[in-house]
Amino acid sequence: MSEPSTGATAASAEPAASAGSTASQAAAGGASTRGALGETLLEVKGLKKHFPLTRGVVLKRTVGHVRAVDGVDLTLRRGETVGLVGESGCGKSTVSKLLVALEKPTDGSIVYKGRDVTKLSKRGLKGYRREVQIIFQDPYASLNPRMTVGDIVAEGWSVHADIAPRKGRLQRTQELLERVGLNPDYVNRYPHQFSGGQRQRIGIARALALQPEIIVCDEPVSALDVSVQAQVVNLLEDLQDDFGLSYLFIAHDLSVVRHISDRVAVMYLGSVVETGTDAEVYGAPSHPYTQALLSSVPLHEPKLRGQRDRILLSGDVPSPANPPSGCRFRTRCWKAQDICAEEPPALVDRGQGHPAACHFAEARPAVVEGR
Amino acid sequence: MTGTTTVPVGPSGGRARTGELLLEVDDLHVEFRTRSGVVNAVNGVSYTLAERQTLAILGESGSGKSVSAQAIMGILDSPPAVITGGGIRFQGEDLLTMAEEDQRKVRGPGISMIFQDALSSLNPVYSVGYQIGEMFRAHRGTSKKDAKQKAVELMDRVRIPAAAQRVNDYPHQFSGGMRQRVMIAMAIALDPRILIADEPTTALDVTVQAQVMDLLKELQQDTGMGLILITHDLGVVNEVADDVAVMYAGKIVERGTVDDVFTDAAHPYTEGLMASIPQIEAKGGRLRPIVGQPPNLAAIPSGCPFHPRCARRRLGAEAAPGRECATDVPPLRLVAPGREAACHYSEEVLGV
Repeated sequence: MSEPSTGATAASAEPAASAGSTASQAAAGGASTRGALGETLLEVKGLKKHFPLTRGVVLKRTVGHVRAVDGVDLTLRRGETVGLVGESGCGKSTVSKLLVALEKPTDGSIVYKGRDVTKLSKRGLKGYRREVQIIFQDPYASLNPRMTVGDIVAEGWSVHADIAPRKGRLQRTQELLERVGLNPDYVNRYPHQFSGGQRQRIGIARALALQPEIIVCDEPVSALDVSVQAQVVNLLEDLQDDFGLSYLFIAHDLSVVRHISDRVAVMYLGSVVETGTDAEVYGAPSHPYTQALLSSVPLHEPKLRGQRDRILLSGDVPSPANPPSGCRFRTRCWKAQDICAEEPPALVDRGQGHPAACHFAEARPAVVEGR
Repeated sequence: MTGTTTVPVGPSGGRARTGELLLEVDDLHVEFRTRSGVVNAVNGVSYTLAERQTLAILGESGSGKSVSAQAIMGILDSPPAVITGGGIRFQGEDLLTMAEEDQRKVRGPGISMIFQDALSSLNPVYSVGYQIGEMFRAHRGTSKKDAKQKAVELMDRVRIPAAAQRVNDYPHQFSGGMRQRVMIAMAIALDPRILIADEPTTALDVTVQAQVMDLLKELQQDTGMGLILITHDLGVVNEVADDVAVMYAGKIVERGTVDDVFTDAAHPYTEGLMASIPQIEAKGGRLRPIVGQPPNLAAIPSGCPFHPRCARRRLGAEAAPGRECATDVPPLRLVAPGREAACHYSEEVLGV
């Protein structure tokens, strides 16, 4: 709980800190009714989303499918942060949309608190959507420019009226704004009057307003400047501690994901290729793609420059409309053999300590460890 | 600050570079005159670039890093942008005092630039071969056929596979990394002495970013051109550049070799940036962000522009005479051999 200040215009740190506790009691609501930390909240199994490729204007013929997500397994426990990393086009944003039920999966199950979300009734979905909120990447596009900040934060309550009684809503909104480090007097301002980092805080306040269990963070800091990015990351960490939130943190920035995540899943072309704790995945990456990815991240300490073997991948990611047979990565892999084209490797532990989807998985320190 | 020659490379760097001075930017001022007021985007920026040198200009959005580069390239939108002072000398000639047509003749073959967004920088209705060949047709009067031939050679040089077949393809048929290579091919077509790369890899994935940065380095080694790398990514600066100039609110606040600046920052802003980014090598503790927001360039704070966000600021009685952070503007001064910083208390930041 420190430095949630937003410059000369915003609240100073101290009132935010004191109000934070009241807001946390208010917003967390029945924190005592919640389950224990570490209990499984969300379990995703064999999740698939195929988008049809059509041709023709009137008579649309389906000529193929883009396999955006093709068999993803994920588990999210209470109070934990799971990082999902991968390059653009690997399907990580589609996963986030599936999880908040903005898209219907083609196949697979999303089990939340023992119930399959894909089979929920309309009313069941309403409850689910309250408990699983999302923060979007672009703080400019995700806030309605014609609504005041107060209306944006309070909008969810018009659907879920039971959470905040009509009377105290303004005060609740102000508490939430204060909790995310914004001046509570700004409720009547419009989004364009805020900077990128402040807008992202508004998005966070909107997600918090419905007292969610899980927040899906879809690239929440990638559009922000470095100095502001750290403020938002710290805020997310504080909120997690205060409200017992669970995060699915989707990003392409490997350093940020390592910083915030307890467990990490690496995606390539629609499926998870490696998963484990942050220390396992970053310290002993065993899928060739993870190794290449980690070795490409530019390090920012002069003494570490040139201290590691760079793996330069050749070529581009294949099209998800026509993925390679067997292992998806084999077309760019230096370890590929005949079996890779025939048999898709399962995501299992082959003796390297954590699951990786490679027939020849082998732990290898890709990044210089420690200092 | 004028005539400051480039800082010598520290022994740890070991990156060979010496050579003729290519570019001198001297006390450059750029402002945008808009209806709602004057935005001071660049407020007295000076730097030099020599052959084979890679200078990184590091800064966040709104720090003026791109505007200063656009001024060098002569592609500022004016109005509203106006260069209100300073000089830009390319191989000794002041570009700003030249007639426009002469400027074009100097810049065309001498200085080129690549941009962040390759898709919007390429024309979607012409084939990439035509667009690369345009450089030869416009500046050398090459025939269409020869220009296309040269385009194929260039595409080979930036390692676009099957260049001869792809020369007639359109930009949308290429992936992001390949489009960036097409742009690099256009930029190096006339063998420029200076290449300005404005966030060349920001839109790219890390694996592709590594390929593109390697390509730029290799081309630089072949041709000996000077490279100005504009970026906000500290990792890219560390991996690629020799020297770095950190910009904040339209000014350079710190300058030196990458090894020096990244090992031990002399300006609190640089120090804050370093503490803001998580490490990939190890899971660190809590991040220590810089508080507050970047300044509004229409109302830059008095004194040191960073003082409202600075953890080390000294105001009123705390400050040494003439070094009050809110009123006295700190000049960019030599604070250690080969190091310049614009902070009244750099020695403390450095811990010397």
